[in-house]
Amino acid sequence: MVQGEFVMTIEEIYKKLRKSFGGTILESDLEVLEPVVGIEPQSIAEVSGFLKNEPDLKFTSLMCLSSVDLDEENLQVVYHLHSMDHNHKIILGVIIPKNAAKIPTVSGVWRTANWHEREAFDLMGVEFEGHPDHRRILCPDDWEGHPLRKDYVVQEMYNGLPVPYPKEEDD
Amino acid sequence: MGYIEGRYGDNILITSVDKIFNWARLSSLWPMTFGLACCAIEMMATGASRFDLDRFGIMFRASPRQSDVMIIAGTVTMKMSSRIVRLYEQMPEPKYVISMGSCATCGGPYWEHGYHVLKGVDKIIPVDVYVPGCPPRPEALIDGLLELREKIRKDTLAKKEDKVSA
Repeated sequence: MVQGEFVMTIEEIYKKLRKSFGGTILESDLEVLEPVVGIEPQSIAEVSGFLKNEPDLKFTSLMCLSSVDLDEENLQVVYHLHSMDHNHKIILGVIIPKNAAKIPTVSGVWRTANWHEREAFDLMGVEFEGHPDHRRILCPDDWEGHPLRKDYVVQEMYNGLPVPYPKEEDD
Repeated sequence: MGYIEGRYGDNILITSVDKIFNWARLSSLWPMTFGLACCAIEMMATGASRFDLDRFGIMFRASPRQSDVMIIAGTVTMKMSSRIVRLYEQMPEPKYVISMGSCATCGGPYWEHGYHVLKGVDKIIPVDVYVPGCPPRPEALIDGLLELREKIRKDTLAKKEDKVSA
């Protein structure tokens, strides 16, 4: 197979997804430079499996999995996919509420997702249901809170050590 | 010198205990092979042939049990702090600590928003010499090591004033 032979535009991929998954693929603006295809949270693992295994899609590479603190209520988990076979790309975006930040894991689809999801959990507090090793990856296990949340308040003490820089005392 | 001059045979030297001990200690400072961040790159450069720490008798050892000096070369994270204390406690006495670079000294660029950074390694272990810089050049680290040598040279085995009263 010649590389790029079956390359699909984002519109074609989007149409194909809509055909297979219907309403779980949300209305998305495809006119922008880097279109983000919105997905319903509960179907992300299914859609991911489809994107990876469908012969004319073959998104074998999860380039990046990241999390975004969107606003007061919502978080977003973003998946950057690339097909080595067809050399096409897609970005998936899943919006979840902060007070129930749960989303199915895709670590069963791409093994890369394992550590990426742990990072998203550690720093943004997104829980990945069904993750095989759901622990913090960077912060200590007994750390409080998720540091990259906009409303994060750093703890005063850790293991008997002060965390914030000591305030200057007024003389 | 008149009394002892010419009194002893070859291979006998007269010195004070302080001098010989301090001379031995400062002439073979063995730092631990231990780097935390970008300062460690400068520390490696200092140890390599261009700056050549071997000429001071300074050789990196791969075990805390064989080391005299701990060069804190880099950012000390909260997670690392307990490990640093353990490594320090594993070193035999007498032991010395050099805080290399801004991060180890006071948190460096992470002082305000670095939730994960310990704001100064002197909060967990005693520091002998602080080397400023971000990261310090090898010359600066060598200067810090020479400063440490001078500090050791002034040491004495006799009771120290503050310890007498304690």
